Parts: sequence; C-alpha cells; structure tokens
Amino acid sequence: MTQQVRPGKGAPGTLLEVEGLRTHFFTKAGVIKAVDDVSFRVERGRILGLVGESGSGKSMTGYSILGLVDPPGRIVSGRIALNGTDITRLDAAAWRKLRGNRIAMIFQDPMMTLNPVLRIDTQMVEAVLAHHAVSRDAALARCREALSRVGIPSPDERLRAYPHEFSGGMRQRVAIAIALLNQPDVIIADEPTTALDVTIQGQILFEVQKLCRETGAGMIWISHDLAVISGLADDVCVMYAGRIVESGTVAEILERPMHPYTRGLLDSVPSRNTPGRPLAQIPGMTPSLLKLGNACAFRERCPRAIDSCAVAPAARDLAAGRMLRCVNPVA
Amino acid sequence: MSAVAAPLLELRGVSKRFEHKLDLPGRLARKLGARICDEIVHAVDHVDLAIREREVVGLVGESGCGKSTLGRVVARLLAPSEGERFWKGRPYREFDVERERRERLAVQMIFQDPYASLNPRMRIVDVVGEAPVVHGLVTPAERDDYVAELLQRVGMDATLMRRFPHQFSGGQRSRIGIARALAVKPRFLVCDEAVAALDVSIQAQVLNLFIRLREELALTYLFISHDLGVIRHVSDRVVVMYLGRVVESAPTAELYAQPNHPYTIALMAEVPRVDARRREYVPIRGEIPSPLSPPPGCHFHPRCPRAFARCRQAAPPLREIAPGHLSACHLNDPVPA
Repeated sequence: MTQQVRPGKGAPGTLLEVEGLRTHFFTKAGVIKAVDDVSFRVERGRILGLVGESGSGKSMTGYSILGLVDPPGRIVSGRIALNGTDITRLDAAAWRKLRGNRIAMIFQDPMMTLNPVLRIDTQMVEAVLAHHAVSRDAALARCREALSRVGIPSPDERLRAYPHEFSGGMRQRVAIAIALLNQPDVIIADEPTTALDVTIQGQILFEVQKLCRETGAGMIWISHDLAVISGLADDVCVMYAGRIVESGTVAEILERPMHPYTRGLLDSVPSRNTPGRPLAQIPGMTPSLLKLGNACAFRERCPRAIDSCAVAPAARDLAAGRMLRCVNPVA
Repeated sequence: MSAVAAPLLELRGVSKRFEHKLDLPGRLARKLGARICDEIVHAVDHVDLAIREREVVGLVGESGCGKSTLGRVVARLLAPSEGERFWKGRPYREFDVERERRERLAVQMIFQDPYASLNPRMRIVDVVGEAPVVHGLVTPAERDDYVAELLQRVGMDATLMRRFPHQFSGGQRSRIGIARALAVKPRFLVCDEAVAALDVSIQAQVLNLFIRLREELALTYLFISHDLGVIRHVSDRVVVMYLGRVVESAPTAELYAQPNHPYTIALMAEVPRVDARRREYVPIRGEIPSPLSPPPGCHFHPRCPRAFARCRQAAPPLREIAPGHLSACHLNDPVPA
C-alpha cells in the first residue's frame, strides 16, 4: 500500500478520530438518539466499513462528520478530530471551508450531487475554485485528471456534457471524481453502489479501492451490504439502533463475530445458507428509536438475551482495535 | 426433465417491443430527408420459456435487460408483440371469456416496491379483501375472516387489518403485498424483485415466507431478481437474460458450478461475497448497451473477452450443451471458426 505523507497535526496515521459522538433529534414525540456514543478512527489509505440496517444511524454518523445535521437534530456531545483538530465547534463558515475540500461525500444517488441543468465542467470547476485560488484553465486541467482517474473515457468530451447524458454508473463516477477534486483527507461514501448493477458496482469498487491506495485518503464506506464491505474494507463497525455494537478488522468481524446481531446478520445472507432450506433469520424488526429504554436495543430480538441485558452494555475493548458491546457474546 | 405433463405455463417465441412513433415535426423532417425513424425498443426478443408445475424459476439480469417486462408478459399485464403464451399446454387465445377470467386469477404478481404498490388511502382489509369479493371467491360477510386468515398465513397479526399502509414497516408491507396476491388463490406467482427493497434480516424473513408458502400451497414461482445469492437460494432453475434475450438457462446447482456463457461467468465473478476478503476487483469492461440500438450479432460481444468474428455477425441460438442446460454462445458451436 502506497502511503503519501501529507502534513497533518494528529497521530501519524490517523486522519479522522470520532469519539463519543451523540447526534440527537429533539422532536415533539421525544428525543431520538440517532447516533449514540459512537467512536472510531479512520487511518490513512484505509477503508472503514460502517454496516447497519436502515435506521441504524449509519448515514447520520456520516452527516454529523460533515456538519450536515439539520434541526431539530444536533450534535449533543462528542469530539470529531480531523488531523488532530476538533471540528464540532466550528462555525458555519469554517465548515464550508472543510466540506468538499478536506472531507468529501459521495451520496447514494449521484443526482443529489449533480445539478441537472449545468454542464459537468461548470460544476467541477466551481468545486475547485471554491477552495483554491487558481486559474480556470488550471482548474479545468484538474477536473480532466480527476475524470480520467475514475475511468471515464475521453474526459475532454465528457466535461462538456450534461448529467442526463451519462448512465447511472458514469454519473456515480463523476460524483466520485468531484469528491476527489481537492484531494480530501477523508471521503465519506454513503451506499454509493446500492442503486447500481452488479457489473457496474464491480467497476466502481475497483476504482475506489485503487484510489484509496494511490492517494492515501481515508474512507468511510457506509453500506447495508456485508458482502460489499467484506471485499472492500479494512476495518468494520457494525451499527444497531444508533450504537456501534461491534468493531474490528474485516477478517475478525466476519470470521469470528461475537455480537449476536452481527452473527445473525451474517447467518441470514442467502449465499451462506443451503439453497432451498429456510434461511437463518433474526426475528422481529428494528426497534423504534423513540422507545429505546435503558436496556440493550437488541434484547427483544436476541437469542442470547439474559437478565443483565436490561442495562445497555458498555463498550469493551477486547484487544487492540476490537470493540464489543455485549454482556453475553457468541463464544 | 419429465416430458409427461405439459408445463404449467409456457412462452413460445415471445417478443415485446415498445414503439415511439415520430411526432408531426419528426415526420415532416423525415419527408425532407432527415435520417430519423420511429424509436423501437426490443425489451424482450424471441424468448422461449417453459415453467413446470411447482417449479421455481429464477430470472436474473442487469437493469434494462427486459426481465421485468418478461415478468409482466407472463403475468398478462402486457400483451406480447409476437409469440404465444400457453397455460397447461393450451394457448390463452382459445379460452372463452369465463375461462379467461378464471385463469387470469391463477397468475398473480408481487411487486418490488412495498411502498408504492399499496394504495395509501385503503385499509389493509380492503387492500387484501377487495379482489376475492369482486371475483366471488368469498361473500362480503366472510371477507374479514378471510383476510384475517390470509394475514396469519403470511405471518402478520390479523388485528392490524384496520390500519393503513403507512403504519407498517417495509417488511410488513411486503407481507401485505404477498397476502393480496394470495387472496385470489393463485397457482403461479411472478415475484418482481420482491425482496430487493428490504434489509438483510427482513429479507431473510420474507424469503423464508416464500419458501414456506410454496410448500403449503403448492405454488409455482417466476422469481425475478438481480441478486444472484437470492436466486440461488430459492430457485430450482435459473434463466439469465441479457438485453432482451435469454443467454443461458440451467438447473441452479449446475449453473452456479459450471456457468457456460461468458456473460454468466462475468456476472458470477462480480458478485461480492461475504467470504471474499479484500479482493481485487477485475471488472468487465463497458456497460449494458441501449436497447434502442442493440449491437448486431451476439448482444454481449462488445463486452465479451472471448468475442471473435462470428459474434459480430450472427446471433447465437440457444443450444442444449448438457441435459437441461441451454446456452446461447458461438463458443459452443460444433466447428469453431
């Protein structure tokens, strides 16, 4: 793995450090703890997979890091350190300088990133000029380079096209190219291949993996798909109802899952079951975040629930980089 | 394959074309010599498909390959532009109005989006109970009991039947869609990406429901999905489509063990697997071409790593390469060019 060394103030390899992050939504019906005590690190040139089902808070974690939480939600406590500097207390103007520059985001739907009535070159040049005082020609050159890096053929021609002239996979490549424009330290990718076909997904995963290695950027890959994460990521955090229930390296989590939820998720993947036989399933459904009491959120669905699960378990560090939040783990 | 009974449902040489006729300025421009013509999309191109009683056939392909259109033709929501459909060995056109009505109920469809396929203004009891009352399967007085029984069958609490769709989660809505399809006592279900919108743990629950219902009610499925893992799990036989044509068809175990068509091989290689760690992705080049102007010859040749001259000229026919295993590829030709 090539590691480009760029000036940073924090620990040598750590680009982003999230500690005890809590993002809550204050609604009429009550407080929704969308992100509750979430901690992880993103290292240079590594990909962190954030896995969870809908409503588990994985996307909201990404939005919190980008300062994109809208009222009635807000970051209640916790620390998000980018290159050693806490960014949670920044004002709006300072956030603007970070977004799209040091931290970039790739959304599930590329049309959320692209403006349908502007040509690609207009949108890309704008993203460069917003953060750097360079000439238009220099900015264009940088756009061209970014497009060819994500595998778009004849970038000169494509720069003059409108978003509707691209296919879904190509649009996602453009969105990734825009995220790369200012050589960010951290890229947050929110289910970017979920809407794509398998063959196109394969192409995008290939480019992303290559880019992370080449540029040394750290990446957070948010997905519900364990199979994608297993092939792509170095480290994994499994989220359930706003909390990280288990984290560690991909090999450890997928080969020796300890939390009953991770175990249940892995067992319910069709390709790991005998064809035609009933799939192993997790009973019930994700609880409403409004009704979470003090108990472990997975208790109702958990086959290994015991009396002490009535109190939400604290995070335990089992070994370097391996965390678990369960009192009665799978052996 | 037993040749004793006629297949439950059969398609012979079925094509579905969608045409967009030129508007007035377009026709004028053509008269003046502009080289434009009507736009024709060959969504389904000469497909033969036979599904036996109690068989589960999986239909896979990328978006735009025509798998949903084929499903709709099978469910008789769309009429084919060409070709004929058979039910228990007899063509549908021979049926009189009464028989036609009865047989139409026998094939039901389950849609992809559990949010869009339920009318938000109807209570569940009406969503599920409307069709059986209209078709005289139950009297209005028996309706509530009938719906309660159906909801229990799909694993739902029958006391929730007075609620509206928005009060249910995605998994529950999927179950309601299944209950609605089962309400008219079908023999055959077309499931179009029926679990695609669900989370993994909920997807497993719904797949288990499909497997259980098949046993209990002796159902036959055409299971359409882009997810090869799901297809492998539920199907007896898999049909692979590419750009409107069937490129390969084989019993599930055989297809996954020995895929023959280069497209199937590429598709299998692309599937992310949980056991694969930090793998190198070796993508197949290019994208699925527009069905408006499909490439000549074999549709897959521009992306195929093993294409040769003949692939660019002639479309390969579906040929039996092993018992029950069909593949449309020139590489299987007796004398390779």
